[in-house]
Amino acid sequence: MKWVKAFAMSNARRPGRGATWRFHGPSRHGSAAADTGPIPDVTGLRAPGPACSHRRAMTAPAPAFPHRHLLGIEGLSRPDIEALLARADDAVALSRQVEKKRTTLRGRTQINLFFEPSTRTQSSFELAGKRLGADVMNMSVASSSVKKGETLIDTAATLNAMHPDIIVVRHHAAGAVHLLARKVDCAVVNAGDGAHEHPTQALLDALTIRRNKGRIEGLRIAICGDVLHSRVARSNIILLQALGARVRVIAPSTLLPTGIDRFGVEVFTDMRKGLAGCDIVMMLRLQRERMNGSFVPSVKEYFRYFGLDAEKLALAAPDALVMHPGPMNRGVEISSDIADGAQSLIREQVEMGVAVRMAVLEALAMHLPNG
Amino acid sequence: MALFSKTPPVDERRDLFLTDATLVDPATGREGPGHLLVRDGRIADITWGAASDAPEGFQKIDCAGHVLAPGLIDLRAFVGEPGAEHRETLASASAAAAAGGVTTLVCMPDTNPVIDGPAIVDFVLRRARDTACVTVLPAAAITKGLAGQEMTEFGLLQEAGAVAFTDGLKAVRNAQVMRRALTYARDFGALIMQHVEEPDLVGEGVMNEGEMASRLGLIGIPREAETVMLERDIRLVRLTGARYHAAMISCADSVEIVRRAKEDGLPVTCGASINNLVLNEGDIGHYRTFCRLSPPLRHEHDRLALVAALNAGVVDVIVSDHNPQDVETKRLPFAEAADGALGIETLLGAALRLVHTGDVALPRLLAALATAPAGLLGREAGRLAVGAPADLVLIDPDVPYVLDKRRLKSRSKNSPFDEARLQGAAVMTFVAGRLVFRAADHAEAAA
Repeated sequence: MKWVKAFAMSNARRPGRGATWRFHGPSRHGSAAADTGPIPDVTGLRAPGPACSHRRAMTAPAPAFPHRHLLGIEGLSRPDIEALLARADDAVALSRQVEKKRTTLRGRTQINLFFEPSTRTQSSFELAGKRLGADVMNMSVASSSVKKGETLIDTAATLNAMHPDIIVVRHHAAGAVHLLARKVDCAVVNAGDGAHEHPTQALLDALTIRRNKGRIEGLRIAICGDVLHSRVARSNIILLQALGARVRVIAPSTLLPTGIDRFGVEVFTDMRKGLAGCDIVMMLRLQRERMNGSFVPSVKEYFRYFGLDAEKLALAAPDALVMHPGPMNRGVEISSDIADGAQSLIREQVEMGVAVRMAVLEALAMHLPNG
Repeated sequence: MALFSKTPPVDERRDLFLTDATLVDPATGREGPGHLLVRDGRIADITWGAASDAPEGFQKIDCAGHVLAPGLIDLRAFVGEPGAEHRETLASASAAAAAGGVTTLVCMPDTNPVIDGPAIVDFVLRRARDTACVTVLPAAAITKGLAGQEMTEFGLLQEAGAVAFTDGLKAVRNAQVMRRALTYARDFGALIMQHVEEPDLVGEGVMNEGEMASRLGLIGIPREAETVMLERDIRLVRLTGARYHAAMISCADSVEIVRRAKEDGLPVTCGASINNLVLNEGDIGHYRTFCRLSPPLRHEHDRLALVAALNAGVVDVIVSDHNPQDVETKRLPFAEAADGALGIETLLGAALRLVHTGDVALPRLLAALATAPAGLLGREAGRLAVGAPADLVLIDPDVPYVLDKRRLKSRSKNSPFDEARLQGAAVMTFVAGRLVFRAADHAEAAA
C-alpha cells in the first residue's frame, strides 16, 4: 500500500486538484499498458488507477460545483466534470467498506420520480441517497396520479409542496426535466429525458474508463448502435470530448441523428472500419420497437453488421475494453461471450453508477439551503 | 403615443378627415405626406402634399405625421368559434386583430363542427356580424370533416360567403383527392390554400431537422416534408390549371420551387408566416413550447431566404398563422405540446422588425400584409384608392415597447413574442371608416 501514500502526498501538493486532476501515480500500475503495446494476458489489460483505493482526506475542502441542478452534461465545464469524478472516486472507496454510510444528506428528502420504468438507474439513485443518509422516496408512473391526467407541472407543484431537497427525474420526453426544474425550489437531477441527456450515465462511464485506462485524454472511443434514440450517446459525446477523447459513432445511417457530423465526432457506417484501433467500445441498446423494420430490417441483419462479437472486437485495439449502459439485448447488439468476457466493463459500470450518483447528490447538496 | 390621449373621442357616425399623415399606398408603392377623406365608410378623397382645412361636416383627426396605410389582411387565423371558445372567440380574435391593425381576417375551417357546409359559413358570418369588430371572412374546408376524402360543395360554399378552401392545419394527403379538388375548383375560380406538409415525412417530428434538434434530443421535421408536398401540388396545378396558394412556406428550397412555378406562368402564389420571417429554430432555446409551430421554425439561412423572397415578390403574403392554444396544451414537455402561436395582434409589430433592420421597405411589407392578400381574395381593400373601403391603420412605426402577453386581447396567451422588444404598433384602426381600436391604453401604459 506504499504507493497509495505516495499518491496521496503527490495530490496534497496540488492545490485545487479538482480542477486539474490527473492520474500521475506510480507508473508501475500499468497506466502505460496502452503505450507499451499488446499484452497477451487479458487480465492485465486494465490499468488499475491508483484511485481504486485512494481516498481524499475527509477534511479536504471539496471543490465547489457551481450548478443548482444537474440537467445535462451540456453546460458543465471540464473542471466541473473532473470535480465530480474525483468526488466519485471517494464514493467508490466508501462503498467498498463495511460501513458505507455518510451523513452528508442526513435529514434531506430525495424523491426519485420515474415516468419511465427503470430498474438499475432508480435503484442506483436510491442506494446513493441512502448511503449519504437521505430519506429516499420512489415514485413511479404506474402508481402516480399522472395516469389520471395530471400534468407534469401539476406533479411538480404537488411534490414541491412536500419540501423535497432533491428530485431525481426520468421522463420519456426530451426537455421534461428542464420544464420541471423551472417549477420547483429544490435541486433536480436528470436521470434521463427522452433522447436528450442522461448525465449520470455519462459520468459513470467516464469514471469507469478513467479507472481502467488511467486517463480519458487521447483515447479513441467508439459509441456504437442506436445513436438516434440514445440519450446516453448524446451525454457521452459531450462529456468524453470535453475530457479530450476522440469519439467515433458507428451505426447504420437510419439510426444516426441529422447533423451528427457537427458534434465533432467521426462517423462510421461500417463497424469494421469504425472499430479499428479503438481503446473503448461502447455499445448502445437497440430498443425492441426500433426493430420492426422501420429503422433496421431485422435483428439478424443488425447483429451481423452492427452487433459486437469476438471477430469485430478483434479489430479494435488489443487492449480495448467493452461497455454497455444496460439493459443488454444479448445477441442483438452484443454477443454473450463478449458481454461476459475479460474485456467487458459492464458490471463495473453498475458499481460506478452508485458512486457517481453519490458524488452528484453530494455536490448538489452543497447548494441546498443550510447546506 | 401620449399625444393620442389628447385627441377628442372620434364620433363613429361622422365622416372623417385624416390629416397630417404620412400616407403609404402599398398598391402603388407611393409614400409621402398627405390627408384623406372618409365618407360613408369609403375613402372619398386622397390629397398628397401639404395639409388643408377640414371640410364642413368631417371630423378632423390629426395623424401627427404617423403612417396611414390600408388595414392589414390576414389570410390565416384560427379562431375556435364554434367549438373551442375557451381558446378564442370571433369577438376576442377580432379585438386582437384590431389592436394589431388587422382589418380583415380569414378564419380557418378547423372548428367544431368543421366549416364544410354552407350553414356553418352562414353561422360564422352572422356571429362575426354580431360580435366582431373587424371583417371576418371564413375559409371553408377542401374535404368534408377535414378527413381528406370527399370534396366539399365549393359552389354552394362560395355562394354562402367562403372566400377560400383549405384543410387548415392538415394537408390534403391523397393526390387523387387533391387532383379532383383542384380540377373542380378551377370551374368555380375557387382559391385552394394548401398547408404544405407531407404528413408521413413529418412523422413524430416536432422541430426543424438538423443539428439543433439532434442536440435537444427532439425528432426533426425535414425540409423535404414541405418541398415534396409543394412539388407534388405544383405538378397537379400544371395538370389542372387551378389557382393554388401554398399557405406557408418555411425554407429556402421551397422559395426556389415557387419561383420556378411562377416563372412558368402557373397560377401559384405562396405565403410565409411572420414567425418564419422573424424567428429561427434558435428561439426554441431550452424547449420553449410557444415556439413549437407548424411549419417549424427553420435555420437562419432559411429565414434569410424567405426575407429575400419577400423582397423579390416570390413570397406574396405574410400571415400571422394565429393559433390560440391554452395553457393545458402548451405547458407540457416540448414533444407533447400542441403546435401553434398567437400572432394576429403582434403581426404588425413583429413585421416592422424587418423594416427596422433595413431588410424590407415599408411599402413592400405592407403590400404583403394588405394589398396582395386582398388581391388573392378579390377584394377592394388593401389599397389607398378613392372608392376603396376605409379599412385603415394608423401606425407609429417607431414606438418601442416590451410585449407583455397579459395585455394581449386574445383569450389565449401563447405568444412567442412575450417579453420581446418590439418597435412600432397600431395607433388607430378603422374598419369601413369606423374606429375599432385606438392605442390610448397602450399609450397610458407606456407613459
